[in-house]
Amino acid sequence: MAGQTLYDKLWQQHLVESRDDGTGLLYIDRHLLHEVTSPQAFEGLRLAGRQPWRLDANLAVPDHNVPTEAAERSGGVAGIVDPISRLQVQTLDDNCGDFKIVEIPINDRRQGIVHVVGPEQGATLPGMTVVCGDSHTSTHGALGALAHGIGTSEVEHVLATQCLITRKMKNMRVQVDGALQPGVTAKDVALAVIGRIGTAGGTGYAIEFAGEVVRNLTMEGRMTLCNMSIEAGARAGMVAVDDATIEYVRGRTYSPKGEQWDQAVAAWRELHSDPDAVFDAELTLRGEDIQPQVTWGTSPEMVLPVDGVVPDPDAQETATAKEAVRRALQYMGLKAGQPITDIRPDRVFIGSCTNSRIEDLREAAAVVRGRKIAASIKQALVVPGSGEVKAQAEAEGLDLIFIDAGMEWREPGCSMCLAMNADKLGAGEHCASTSNRNFEGRQGFGGRTHLVSPAMAAAAAVAGHFVDVRSLTENQS
Amino acid sequence: MNSFTVHSGLAAPMDRANVDTDLIIPKQFLKSIKRSGFGPNLFDELRYLDEGQPGQDCSTRPLNPDFALNLPRYAGASVLLARENFGCGSSREHAPWALEDFGIRCIIAPSFADIFFNNCFKNGLLPIALPADTVNRLFEAMYASEGYTLEVDLPAQEIRTPDGERIPFKVEAFRKHCLLNGLDDIGLTLESAAAIRTFEVGHRERSPWLFDTIA
Repeated sequence: MAGQTLYDKLWQQHLVESRDDGTGLLYIDRHLLHEVTSPQAFEGLRLAGRQPWRLDANLAVPDHNVPTEAAERSGGVAGIVDPISRLQVQTLDDNCGDFKIVEIPINDRRQGIVHVVGPEQGATLPGMTVVCGDSHTSTHGALGALAHGIGTSEVEHVLATQCLITRKMKNMRVQVDGALQPGVTAKDVALAVIGRIGTAGGTGYAIEFAGEVVRNLTMEGRMTLCNMSIEAGARAGMVAVDDATIEYVRGRTYSPKGEQWDQAVAAWRELHSDPDAVFDAELTLRGEDIQPQVTWGTSPEMVLPVDGVVPDPDAQETATAKEAVRRALQYMGLKAGQPITDIRPDRVFIGSCTNSRIEDLREAAAVVRGRKIAASIKQALVVPGSGEVKAQAEAEGLDLIFIDAGMEWREPGCSMCLAMNADKLGAGEHCASTSNRNFEGRQGFGGRTHLVSPAMAAAAAVAGHFVDVRSLTENQS
Repeated sequence: MNSFTVHSGLAAPMDRANVDTDLIIPKQFLKSIKRSGFGPNLFDELRYLDEGQPGQDCSTRPLNPDFALNLPRYAGASVLLARENFGCGSSREHAPWALEDFGIRCIIAPSFADIFFNNCFKNGLLPIALPADTVNRLFEAMYASEGYTLEVDLPAQEIRTPDGERIPFKVEAFRKHCLLNGLDDIGLTLESAAAIRTFEVGHRERSPWLFDTIA
């Protein structure tokens, strides 16, 4: 019998029962909640007279709607200007109070984007099943966990039963061999993978990222990579546990302590695919081949190396593809054949559950240090992923580097990744964004998003147009 | 949840690949704490020429005359024909809520994104994946004939076209059962409460660090 993949092991360890139709009842260890996808689930519990199955499995934090300007933020929930946003955040507070669920409230130092907070607090651990009403829950797979997004009905289902009815996914391994060139990051790897397999390439699969490049990524980098799995269509992405994982988890608020720590580490050491495990699909990339990436269109698969040119609709193979490229160019205000480096962002956004961790901010700060953002940039936002990240960045003086360069240093939250708060693009504006989706209207009605790494966003801010970050950093002493 | 048995309805096109959930229901409408009322904002950025705001009266907003669902011939449509990877992007269940509230009961496409596909079944919506050439054929027949109506028969697992063609489709047995009966699957899962508790006891013994840390 062939060995098991990491995903097979995690599935097996959480299977309560198998059903004849091929579905299984899967036990959920950690359920993360935020204000947008939970209110209707709590309402469902109330209507049915149900209580949460296991309180200590849940942790809530508001992130999508929270203001990031210090002045508005200082008033807490009551200070949120938009009454609809305020009600949603207040509703999370109320629901957590009513149902006795632990919540990290808006101005707690630990507050932040749920997918930054979970690993940071040790609330998500290797070997866990982790769900949240948010597709970027795949992020937590970086710790060697089975983590994926769910809808609101399933939020209610997990609250009420601690389980999900689900079908086992297929296994895909994405192996990145060799080494990355300097200036090329986990974000570029993620975008390159999506460029290769497309936004539906991973549909139905759990992706395990492996290979020397992945092994050499920091935990922050692995989180970026797993975060973007859903942009390749895969609900779950994961990386096997190694020393880096264990060192990352050690000593965090909710991490095991003492004897339980040793017991946990022993169990976590088994969380890797067996050498003879069989994958249903495999993709191999060479790290050296990956260049800094920039998306030009309205889907994350519409991506090119920074030295590329905008594609020609007529050169596409199918009628649907021709139409998709034509529509994307029209929406983005770009012409076929235009060099990527000619695109001039109006705004820059460094943040989101993809790229708002300390390492991301260090990368961006290294590029802007001692420089000014271009006069043509209307706004460059730097939004740390959590209060902890913010405090760490300030301790390292990164905030001052950004502010000196002419960028804005904000309070933590999802911010302009999806523009549910006041941070958004105007119609027709281009944005160099470290977020995860370049869909039409995602960052604001008519807004034009270009997905890049933090270093590339910082480089575009300084140059006023997209530019290979290596051309800036190579000249630095 | 509404049950789904046999549904006969006018077909309408959403003729582009990779329709994402931001397109189905833009984020500003996700601030609602309710489960209903999203229909007027379905495909908001395509349907209207202005930027929609939550709580607004949509009846006076300028309609995009080029958007198919605004055409009189598709008024009252309840079967949506779509292309590859429909529903990609976020996990927002507001997407199926908006489709359902608008009056859509069935979506036919070559492929769907996983989370969206799953969310549909929780809301009485039937997503059907058919081979791309079959979907193409349905698109062409629909464009060629105004009032093109499809009959979707879940018990028989077939779609019947106006010219009498029967197109079989697949659906998972459990999902079919829940849709046919309009069942709340929480109730069904709680029938396994004893099994869950037994599992939980063993899980706690094997991995005690997973319990009681957050309280």
